[in-house]
Amino acid sequence: MMSIVLAIVIGLAFGAVLDRIGASNPNMIGKMLNLTNLNLAKTILLAIGTGSVLMFAGQMLGFVDVGHMSVKTAYVGVFIGGLMLGAGWALAGYCPGTGVVAAASGRKDALFFIAGGLLGAAAYMVTYPMWKSSGLLDSIAGGKVTVGTVPGSKFDGMTALPGDVLGIVLGLGFIALAFALPERLTPSKSNLQPAE
Amino acid sequence: MAMNWKTGGLLLGFVFFLAVLLVKPIGVSTQFVILDGIIGDAVNSELVTKTEEGYTSTNAYLAKSNGKYAKSVMNPLNYSFVFVLAMAVGGFLSVMARGGLPARERSIPDLWRANMGDGVALRYGATFVGGFIVLYGARLAGGCTSGHMMSGMMQTALSGYLFAAGAFAAAIPVSLILFKKEA
Repeated sequence: MMSIVLAIVIGLAFGAVLDRIGASNPNMIGKMLNLTNLNLAKTILLAIGTGSVLMFAGQMLGFVDVGHMSVKTAYVGVFIGGLMLGAGWALAGYCPGTGVVAAASGRKDALFFIAGGLLGAAAYMVTYPMWKSSGLLDSIAGGKVTVGTVPGSKFDGMTALPGDVLGIVLGLGFIALAFALPERLTPSKSNLQPAE
Repeated sequence: MAMNWKTGGLLLGFVFFLAVLLVKPIGVSTQFVILDGIIGDAVNSELVTKTEEGYTSTNAYLAKSNGKYAKSVMNPLNYSFVFVLAMAVGGFLSVMARGGLPARERSIPDLWRANMGDGVALRYGATFVGGFIVLYGARLAGGCTSGHMMSGMMQTALSGYLFAAGAFAAAIPVSLILFKKEA
């Protein structure tokens, strides 16, 4: 019962924040991915960094349970699946979570995204044995691994470096990147100088 | 108009932290599989069955990891499924609180309209195909933008970096090709 209450509270907050930062707005996703407005990329980088610093600092101070970490397996299919998700994300302007939020916020095109998503997930369920036997789902580089070795974690480290300290350092790196990233990477059309 | 990136980034980071503090890292795409399973089992009750130890399925994907997904299909009132339903409600309330979505954005976003015109069928068809590729890819990868990119990189997981590299390697070129005109 308690877990359902937490699902509601954290889910509500997540959905609302995704709306407010513009992540469920396909215009914002498109402008980030065509490099004309990187504000959303700055938001995401700052969020990853903030989450990382808080989680690893919390672990070091003892109030965050290391057992709550959940590291996914690394395999070649992660990269291939990432390529596919990226292509569809750019085309539609939605990813699974933001598509749900967008549909709930009244975007009818997002309902088609969800319908396509349900069909895509079903297609994967049917073709899963093929991927499994291809070997592309087999663990690489240790599988469920973190960059450093996190004290008390059930996941192995790729290096013996202290994973919590490294997590804070990398988190600060993401925050620094968020500040360093310019608002746009491609030249604005209005700023282009005519050729002499 | 979206929130300032500094405020938004801190808030989003705090939500991801809260999730891992109280329960577990955030993830979404698995729930598309669970909903498929629920629909599938409603059509054909043989899809997911109870065993002595738990649940299993005639579908190898639902049956993997000792029927972990099969169990969620039979018990949809679990943390991860309710979380996604709550996300939808949170998004809805947030949009309503800021006055709702402008009518012209409801079928076709401005950036799409500027580049592809205002054919509704083209937009709906594209989002349907996009949804198919996104969820197929997310299940192949074992996670999506939330679970792999955000939660994964936040935990310094190798799989998170691998996924993010793949996602942006495809997303940026596709977007640069499709959306040349600015809205």
